[in-house]
Amino acid sequence: MEHNGAILTVQDLRKYFPVRGGLLQTVQAQVQAVDGVSFDVRRGEILGIVGESGCGKSTTARLILRLIEPDAGAVRFDSQDMLRASPVELKAFRRQVQMVFQDPYSSLNPRMNIEDAVAFNVLVHGASRSEARAKAWDVLNKVGLRAEQFGRRYPHELSGGQRQRVNIARALVLDPKLIILDEPVSSLDKSVQAQVLNLLQNLKNDLGLTYLFISHDLHVIEYLSDRVLVMYLGQVVEMGSAEEVAVAPLHPYTQALFASTPSMNPDARLERPPLTGDPPNPINPPSGCRFRTRCPHAMESCAAANPPLLPMGSNGRQVACYLYGNQTTTRG
Amino acid sequence: MMHDQSDVTALAQAQTAGELLEGPVGKPMSYWQLVWWRLQRDKVTLVAAAVILGIILSAVLAPYLAPHEPFQSSIRKRLAKVGTPGHVLGTDEQGRDMLSRLLYGGRMSLVAGVTPVLIALLAGSTLGILAGFVGGPLNLLIMRGVDIFFAFPSILLAIAISGALGAGLKNTIIALSIVFTPPIARVAESVTTQVRGWEFMEAARASGAGTVAIIRHHMIANVLAPIFVYASTLISVSVIIASGLSFLGLGVSPPNAEWGLMLNTLRGSIYVNPLVAALPGVMIFMTSMSFNLLSDGLRDAMDVRL
Repeated sequence: MEHNGAILTVQDLRKYFPVRGGLLQTVQAQVQAVDGVSFDVRRGEILGIVGESGCGKSTTARLILRLIEPDAGAVRFDSQDMLRASPVELKAFRRQVQMVFQDPYSSLNPRMNIEDAVAFNVLVHGASRSEARAKAWDVLNKVGLRAEQFGRRYPHELSGGQRQRVNIARALVLDPKLIILDEPVSSLDKSVQAQVLNLLQNLKNDLGLTYLFISHDLHVIEYLSDRVLVMYLGQVVEMGSAEEVAVAPLHPYTQALFASTPSMNPDARLERPPLTGDPPNPINPPSGCRFRTRCPHAMESCAAANPPLLPMGSNGRQVACYLYGNQTTTRG
Repeated sequence: MMHDQSDVTALAQAQTAGELLEGPVGKPMSYWQLVWWRLQRDKVTLVAAAVILGIILSAVLAPYLAPHEPFQSSIRKRLAKVGTPGHVLGTDEQGRDMLSRLLYGGRMSLVAGVTPVLIALLAGSTLGILAGFVGGPLNLLIMRGVDIFFAFPSILLAIAISGALGAGLKNTIIALSIVFTPPIARVAESVTTQVRGWEFMEAARASGAGTVAIIRHHMIANVLAPIFVYASTLISVSVIIASGLSFLGLGVSPPNAEWGLMLNTLRGSIYVNPLVAALPGVMIFMTSMSFNLLSDGLRDAMDVRL
């Protein structure tokens, strides 16, 4: 893995959620939500994470910020491991890495006007009231909400797009270096999506930010990202530059994902078999490669062992599939 | 509620006009200004509030307002009709002035109605918020304990507890506090659990805020408002059960004036002087009803999402 210029390095991140049941609430099973995910985010890039619902994208985001405690792995930010950080270090880390949440409705406190909601983050880090308010007004203006007009309004008075702008302002107000965007436009109308995406793009250029962009929408990822990471059932199956992955997806899952989104070009439609069926239950994932139950190319070796994520070519392209490599290697 | 309609329409018109989202003049309002503005436009709630204010004032000022001593009985003036000179609302079966007794009776009924709800609000919300916020085994312990109380109908439970403790105002308050704690705890727990799951709580954590700051700025208002509103609906029930207990002889003891007790002692005179015998009941009904309407109105006015 390339560490050059990496702002955030995630190594072997793992989280199993216990499933409790029975009379004594004992652990009956484990949901393997995130299982050995490794990647790095380079300074100034947009790294997109794409995958179906329930593949562990959002959990990965929450594990990075330690909103959920990981079971194992390392998250290095500026070469400091945040999973072993003290509460003070963690607070400083959370100042530099902010998150924009998916649901514009439940991510804002209904009883707090938006000026206070944004200023709260500054107050938390020890600023004075007037200072916090000034900063809040400044970022609200930056995201296109005139503070003197919108500052005293409550979330229910705003549209979905406006709320998401408030969420972005709240993330920006601490001058973070990295912003994790967890499906920031998924619940918005197409036209509003475009506005918000452009806003994000402009903010990134103006403020020199780095984004970790999570989405299930391939078009959004393709449009925005520099590099793409494809996840399936808690594991990374493919990684590469957005262009390469879109033009020539290697992993059968990535191919199927692209095949299942309608193309604008009639000639390009349905060249590859679209994805059928539901993802297997992460409590009891298939042996070997997790995608083999839905994979058109499944072989015997796929059931025997889980293919590791191996480099392909020179551009940092990685894929985890026995179609492309040594069938004797397995991942842990 | 009827008033909602006009509020909602006004807000909708305001929204299409692209301004005036918060209030009548398009000026930004603070939360409490907004609540006050909404209450002012809600006639039913205003009337209910006025009635309650009147009852509270007359109870507090009873010694100054009452034309007679509430305990002063007279064999000659028994069961005077409503409108008798000197006794505007008549007299009871011992010749005591009804108006004076109703005024003094309001003191007992209000204390026995409101105090238990306040105590239960404190105890119930503490238990419920604790259970909801900490979760796990503590939640299990508290909530299953609360469930035990739900096995009994509230009136039966109140009768059983006052019966065990004995008659008297203090015991009525204790009994009713025990009766109302479980439902408030349950509401508090469910609201807390719900608020805890909202993304803005997570967002606050992600910003680096500590537990205390999150509870203070994001939790308290969201949790307390619904609990407060729910508790206010219990006041009307509490007034009725408190009167019921003294009607059964488990509450305030004679010769003290209390509406429920007065209803009981006047029971025998219902064929002789029905209007006078019904008066304490009318007072209980009016008080309970007004508290109910007021809490409804408060709930609507305090919900920023409406």
